[in-house]
Amino acid sequence: MKIKQISLFLENKSGRLARVTRVLGGHNINIRALSIADTTDFGILRLIVNEPDLAYRVLKEAGFTVSATEVIAVEVADEPGGLARVLAVLEEAGLNIEYLYAFVQKTPRAALVVFRVEQLDEAIAALQAKGVRILKEEEVYSL
Amino acid sequence: MYWDRENETMPREQLQALQLERLRLTIERVYRNVPFYRERFTKAGIKPSSVRSLEDLRRLPFTTKQDLRDNYPFGLFAVSMSDVVRVHASSGTTGKPTVVGYTKNDINTWAELAARSLACAGGTKFDVVQNAYGYGLFTGGLGLHYGAERLGAAVVPVSGGNTRRQLMLMQDFGTTILTCTPSYALYLAEEGQKMGLDFKKMPLKAGIFGAEPWSERMRRQLEEKLDLVALDIYGLSEIMGPGVAMECPAKEGMHIFEDHFIPEIIDPDTGEVLPAGSEGELVITTITKEAFPLIRYRTRDITRFNPEPCPCGRTHLRIRRITGRTDDMLIIRGVNVFPSQVESVLLESGETEPHYLLVVDRKGNLDQLEIWVEVGEELFSDKVRQLEDLEQRLRERIESVLGISARVRLVEPNTIPRSEGKARRVVDRREI
Repeated sequence: MKIKQISLFLENKSGRLARVTRVLGGHNINIRALSIADTTDFGILRLIVNEPDLAYRVLKEAGFTVSATEVIAVEVADEPGGLARVLAVLEEAGLNIEYLYAFVQKTPRAALVVFRVEQLDEAIAALQAKGVRILKEEEVYSL
Repeated sequence: MYWDRENETMPREQLQALQLERLRLTIERVYRNVPFYRERFTKAGIKPSSVRSLEDLRRLPFTTKQDLRDNYPFGLFAVSMSDVVRVHASSGTTGKPTVVGYTKNDINTWAELAARSLACAGGTKFDVVQNAYGYGLFTGGLGLHYGAERLGAAVVPVSGGNTRRQLMLMQDFGTTILTCTPSYALYLAEEGQKMGLDFKKMPLKAGIFGAEPWSERMRRQLEEKLDLVALDIYGLSEIMGPGVAMECPAKEGMHIFEDHFIPEIIDPDTGEVLPAGSEGELVITTITKEAFPLIRYRTRDITRFNPEPCPCGRTHLRIRRITGRTDDMLIIRGVNVFPSQVESVLLESGETEPHYLLVVDRKGNLDQLEIWVEVGEELFSDKVRQLEDLEQRLRERIESVLGISARVRLVEPNTIPRSEGKARRVVDRREI
């Protein structure tokens, strides 16, 4: 249920993001989802890729500060109120969301959203109990 | 204008005789009272009686900042604490400062020499001296304060900062002599201009600027903007504080008060004394201090003698502007800063091999310190808030260790240039 997200430290300088994508492209790694959290000086780039272990290694070799974090990918109905329903489940369970972002692709009827929650196992249990679909690792990497 | 004509214009032969007499007394005293010196001299095979001429000084071992650190806090004092009436301290390369002490006589000597310095800039008892050097452990504020009082001038102990109030007092009190760091003086000038002050109509006549390196370009700017004569003063807390040497209006170097200090210029690598006029490291021996005498103290300041006789009539040797340091010490807003202080904070914060860089810049005449820290895996977090907390934590720790404000900037690994051997820890972009 849990998937591996790759996080990188990036300075707010031109060309940094381009370099990351070049490294990934050069190793035939495909980006499935990404988000950037930024401040005035730096940003944190978060990535879901088809080959997280390889991505981790090649980015590290390229000199970046990289870390791997576990997240979940949740299927959210592609209609008004879709995301609200999922969030309500987590709220009821008293689980705090650290951050979330959407996938580039979506399935015909649903959007895919990455959630980072402190208590991942509780979140998975709460969501599944309410019939919310959580994508398996292989599904995400092979999207 | 002399404060102490007899001593300031003493014929050199007589001055050297006085120096020798005082040197021998100092050597005897430290040999008797300070175990550190006794051991050093014994190791070098020197007895106080073997110092018979000024040239013999060269045979004595140097004293370094490290020696001061090793004997923290009072190990090098030559009198008992009951005779010490004041201590000052300056920042050291690690957490511990360098501590110095003064007896009543030392404070008296210092006041005399600071009064000499003020008189050298034309100061008299009719002057209003605005002393904008920091008061406290730093020697700048109190040193000039006592000198101005000794001179009989009216001293305004305003200390550093609070620029608008400084300018208001300057105007309302009719300040005639300003004492502060040269960069702060420039800042005052510019802020004053913005406030619509006309310095040409104000009675300011002289500025005594020191505690950080400056240049002839800055002198021209200061003289033009503030409409005064800008003069350089030299001092360091280890030796005494401001008033070790003072520039006279001839503006060709600072007279080092040789009836109290013996200066030498050495090759910082070999320790050899260099011929007059060569550039090297300034080494000073104090010959009248009681509480904290120093023998051949390596100041780490780079300068050279101006051996020409001075038209002002003072016979004491002049040293040129300090052009640099033999170590990596920086002076930022008058405060001594060592990169190793930053390193110690980073090590405490859990970085195993800190990569950092101190970037100093001058914006609007105020020095800015930025500390770049490479974010390695130990420091990295996936969460923005944690990284911001890290930035803030480092900033607070660094500020408390350095005693000045700084900005911490997190940078990517390998951003900071690595060099063969000694890492480059400082980029100084200030143009002075």
